[in-house]
Amino acid sequence: MSDTMDETVETMFIQHFQEESRPLAYYLKSMDGYKTVKKAFGMSQDDIIGEMKKSWLRGRGGASFPTGTKWGFIPKQSPKPKYLVCNADESEPGTFKDRDIMRYTPHLLIEGMVIGGFAIGAHVGYIYIRGEYAREAKLLDEAIDEAYEAGYLGKNILGSGFDFDLTVHRGAGAYICGEETALLNSLEGKRGEPRVKPPFPAQAGAFGGPTIVNNVETLASVPFIIKNGGDWYAKLGKLEKSGGTRLFCVSGHVKKPGVYEFASGSVTLRQIIYEHCHGILGDKKLKAVIPGGSSAPVLTADEIDVIADIEPMSKIGTMLGSAAIVVISEDYCIVKLLRRIAHFYAHESCGQCTPCREGTRWMWDIIERIEAGHGRDQDLQLLLDITENVGMKTLCALGDAAAGPVASFVKKFRADFEAHIRGGKCPNA
Amino acid sequence: MVEKILSKKFYDRMKKLEPRYPTKVALLIPALHAAQDETRWLSDAVMDEIAGYIGIHPAQVREVASFYTMFNLKPVGKYHLKLCTNVACCLRGSDEVMEHLEKKLGIKCGETTADNKITLMEEECLGACGTAPAMMLNDDYHENLDIQKMDRLLSSLE
Repeated sequence: MSDTMDETVETMFIQHFQEESRPLAYYLKSMDGYKTVKKAFGMSQDDIIGEMKKSWLRGRGGASFPTGTKWGFIPKQSPKPKYLVCNADESEPGTFKDRDIMRYTPHLLIEGMVIGGFAIGAHVGYIYIRGEYAREAKLLDEAIDEAYEAGYLGKNILGSGFDFDLTVHRGAGAYICGEETALLNSLEGKRGEPRVKPPFPAQAGAFGGPTIVNNVETLASVPFIIKNGGDWYAKLGKLEKSGGTRLFCVSGHVKKPGVYEFASGSVTLRQIIYEHCHGILGDKKLKAVIPGGSSAPVLTADEIDVIADIEPMSKIGTMLGSAAIVVISEDYCIVKLLRRIAHFYAHESCGQCTPCREGTRWMWDIIERIEAGHGRDQDLQLLLDITENVGMKTLCALGDAAAGPVASFVKKFRADFEAHIRGGKCPNA
Repeated sequence: MVEKILSKKFYDRMKKLEPRYPTKVALLIPALHAAQDETRWLSDAVMDEIAGYIGIHPAQVREVASFYTMFNLKPVGKYHLKLCTNVACCLRGSDEVMEHLEKKLGIKCGETTADNKITLMEEECLGACGTAPAMMLNDDYHENLDIQKMDRLLSSLE
């Protein structure tokens, strides 16, 4: 981490995203590894949470909730054990940044979790990782073994008197387990169905104990914040209430897809797509951008001068989400793409809430028939009506996530849908 | 008690994990993974054995196992090929790869070849969108796929 102290250095993670960075030896030598946890042991819990609040680190999983505030919800005293759970389910389509953190800098995550555990008074942590990341789970297991061996995990860490045990827990293929209460049910050995809230996890989470669930990137940012201070981190961000740097995942029709890191609020979508990712494949025209994972309402090519950060995105009716930017060029059928997205949500609805279970399936059916050339004139209004009856009417956000893309695609690319309905086929085909 | 299907290695692994959780039922998903690693799919007998080990009703094991797509409740081929066709992958040509696979293997997505060698499935987002299209072959990722790469991979399978 030493090279990140310099204010001219604008990235914290990405320069370490290579295989050589993984071992403990590299982390100790080149990233000042496990020095920050020692510093944290010398601070009070309130001081650590105070620095986290000052940092304006906001949850990197997609909800952008301020991490320090979330930690502050944990009761000081609890008759039941407290837990810190890392959400490594990374399943929002378009998102692939946490995988890089886990496979290249696993110790950053482990150190962040020890600090987090200490701050909230949890002695047990779990990394709930999506089942498909079998290799990353194994790499994390190896890193955890290294950390136990060296005394950074387990009993009396670095002579502090603080104990912290960390276990990797693999999911088994369910998008919904990225939702924190579904994740907790899955961790407990149940079906991954979201819970009724309240109680929120900070009151009654894993195994009934007060629990904090944070995303991988969020927890991996903690050592930087505690090392350099919350103010330092907040100032890295170029906008109010949005600190630090952030990892962006760019995919789809760009020349250079991949994970990028920028200071929060420092770049527009246009800059990301045309400068950093070198523009659209084949120098074609841009058709659309999904700016925050497939759940984020779509943007047209005219809307990409927006700053790619939490508030600016929200102001134009979409969301930064997990900062997963999916770029679509002019020659890809937008109806076909929405059909694929709708299929995904229908497949992943857990089935608990009727509006989501029925609505996602129904929307998929309608979009499928439009794509196949059997659409009816009234189908577009019907789709919009269904989105209103699914969004905000379910226990968790999957209903909203399914409704957002459908409503935005239909409203912003209505002509494409109408062309399919009237012409009986895709006008581009 | 009927004879055990799951190995000593399975039970040793579970024993090691037990102290990591405050309840035994939290071992259910790790147990299903570990069992499937040994038996390739979760037969009734395997699920019953897990139920007996954890001390829950066999129906509870099925209730959970059936929720998660990674648990195979039917036999699968020696090679389980799961091609991602979600947004980033379909933009990068996964549909063409899938079509090619179906033709070449002579099966539809969701089926297994007659020699039980390859099971072909469609997968939701694998989190490898920057290197799309991506797929899993058993536990391993293969990324930046195209038809040529897919053909090379298929011919390397024994």
